[in-house]
Amino acid sequence: MEAASAGSEAVRGATEDEVGDAGGGKKKPITERARAERKLGWMLVAPAVVAMLLVTAYPILYAFVLSLQDVDLRFPDEGGFVGLSNYVDVLSSPLWWTDVFNTVFITVISVSIEFVLGMGIALMMHRAIFGRGAVRTAVLIPYGIVTVVAAFSWQFAFQPDTGFVNQLPLIADDKDWFGDRFSSFAVIIMAEVWKTTPFIALLLLAGLTTIDGGLYEAAKVDGASPIQRFFRITLPLMKPAILVALLFRTLDAFRVFDTIFIMTRGSQDTESLSILGYNQLISRLNLGLGSAVSVLIFIAVMIIAVLFVKGFGASVPGKEEDAR
Amino acid sequence: MLLAALTLSACGDDDSGGPVELSWFIFNEPSGVLPTIAKRCSDESNGEYTISFEYLPSDADQQREQLVRRLGAEDDSIDIMGMDVIWTGEFANAGWVEEWTGQDQTAATENVFASMIESASFEEKLYAAPIWTNTELLWYRKDRTPKPPTTWAEMIQMAAELPPEEGLIQVQGNRYEGLVVWLNAMVESTGTSIVSPEDAEQVALDPKETEEALAQMVELAQSPAADPSLSTSDEDSGRLSFQDGASSFMINYPFVYPSAEAEAPDVFKQMRAARYPEVIEGEPSAPPLGGINLGVSTFSQNQDQAFDAIRCLIQPENQLEIAGAAGLPPVREDLFEDKEIDKVYPGFADLMRESIDAAAPRPVTPAYQDLSLAVQRAIHPLDDIELDAIATTVEELRTDVETALAREGLL
Repeated sequence: MEAASAGSEAVRGATEDEVGDAGGGKKKPITERARAERKLGWMLVAPAVVAMLLVTAYPILYAFVLSLQDVDLRFPDEGGFVGLSNYVDVLSSPLWWTDVFNTVFITVISVSIEFVLGMGIALMMHRAIFGRGAVRTAVLIPYGIVTVVAAFSWQFAFQPDTGFVNQLPLIADDKDWFGDRFSSFAVIIMAEVWKTTPFIALLLLAGLTTIDGGLYEAAKVDGASPIQRFFRITLPLMKPAILVALLFRTLDAFRVFDTIFIMTRGSQDTESLSILGYNQLISRLNLGLGSAVSVLIFIAVMIIAVLFVKGFGASVPGKEEDAR
Repeated sequence: MLLAALTLSACGDDDSGGPVELSWFIFNEPSGVLPTIAKRCSDESNGEYTISFEYLPSDADQQREQLVRRLGAEDDSIDIMGMDVIWTGEFANAGWVEEWTGQDQTAATENVFASMIESASFEEKLYAAPIWTNTELLWYRKDRTPKPPTTWAEMIQMAAELPPEEGLIQVQGNRYEGLVVWLNAMVESTGTSIVSPEDAEQVALDPKETEEALAQMVELAQSPAADPSLSTSDEDSGRLSFQDGASSFMINYPFVYPSAEAEAPDVFKQMRAARYPEVIEGEPSAPPLGGINLGVSTFSQNQDQAFDAIRCLIQPENQLEIAGAAGLPPVREDLFEDKEIDKVYPGFADLMRESIDAAAPRPVTPAYQDLSLAVQRAIHPLDDIELDAIATTVEELRTDVETALAREGLL
């Protein structure tokens, strides 16, 4: 095995052209050319990396430093280094755990619904024969509406006295949607789903269009039913697109803020983690506690991202090519 | 001579040598009277200053957020601030607002309601000049209840006796500052307070009195007279519902009166005002107190001019003009003798004066925001509180307020 790979290395050294895209495969010693190209690559991305460090790494580090201190803008004379006590305060508070539940609840339910609906809409848009452009544009409209405006519209619609929803059949006229935890969640989730399904649908549509139509022809010839074609061809080949769509939406949903802020301001136990952080930072000006909340949200988001990438590991784009 | 000196000092600060430009941060009061009086003061200052406006959002929480964000960053572009009555403690303790002393102090407090001076003071120092105040009244329909109720219990009972489609009571029950306004007025009406008057870092909330006050709120929330959307209601939703005719009682600020005149003339004809109801029969109520105080930012480069400008803005005739145009009550008690005020509050000018005089400001404490969030969390939604276990709820409320005043824990 060792000898074979060493031998192939020698061959590759001679045919330098192939080396450029060999990075992703098995471990191979790097050639001069590859090293130079890698260096060039780093130099090319350097400005972007520096800019990213300035605008993301610095604030994140600063937030971390603040989270270890007792800083309150209203009490400028007090404060100092307090170690991890802000984190202890946050993690020992029942409020934090209620909000973790709320956030995860909203995220899981809304992303699941959005995924199913989005897939349906993507398939429909893919098949649309006439008016493709018009259909795609129309579907995007909810996503183009400012979240705050959308949240207000939904809130007005569900208002017991002035909204129209309670006048629909089968709905009690005096149902106070925002007066109860789970009916509030229902409206919040509906508003989220309405607004961001188009986003998922578009990402999935992009995935759909990359699938070679010939595969379906072949499957049809072999007698595969539409359901089999969907689960055996469409879904597996769309894995990278699904990963991207779900990952983006999950991260987005996990930081849900606007809709809840407008509809309930977090009352009826509908507060999300972002609102919790906002309350500590912006309302209370307690930068220490608020930064601790923010850092914890950041860690949670990282965990979600890692889980997604690991969970769908086999379908990370570059490897898909090898599989074919 | 004085003018020359001022112009000279202005020259030192400013290259152009013209009047200093003062930025007044305040919400965009819809009647548009503020720019009028600001322009007049600028003109009368003989080239000392011109006042320009930076408008804040209409929501008080958002006004505060925008201001504190700038103040936290020591932004020197703010000269004059329109401060809600509850911000004084916070702004003063953080060192964001200048103290009023000497002649300025006298000018800012002359003939002003004691309750408003209290709201502008922190640790016995004055930090802002009240310009207008506000209070809530009980609004009722004289065609349905010829004689207004004097206590909360009576009001709930009267509402229950009306047909269901007329018998609602409008109060502010959403989880926001308005709920704290309500609780504070109820608690103060029983004779106790949220924060100890002696020590702004200690909770008061005497259990017996607080239980009585909170029980009234819960009884209302659980009675059929409560609006189905009580737990999300605010001043404006209450106003709309009253104008619709479904409500016979409403606790609200006087802006609802001209609004009803314009939007619901039939309701307006039957609409009358009475004093904020009592919690304990025979013990005068302590109505809520609102309003705006003007402060000078610590980071302002033109503090002398800012003090002068505020002294001009709060002059009696300007207060009257604000009342006439915007319906906002003056802070000087002597102005209530003016005929102009009778026109603004037809038939209830004396009631307004009496209410403002008896009003109890919300606690002045640097941790007010924490306190407010803690109170909102502890008692919202009101209809979930069990009347049998009210003592436990009050005990929890006290602990929550205590923690909030110590600025501990998440809120």
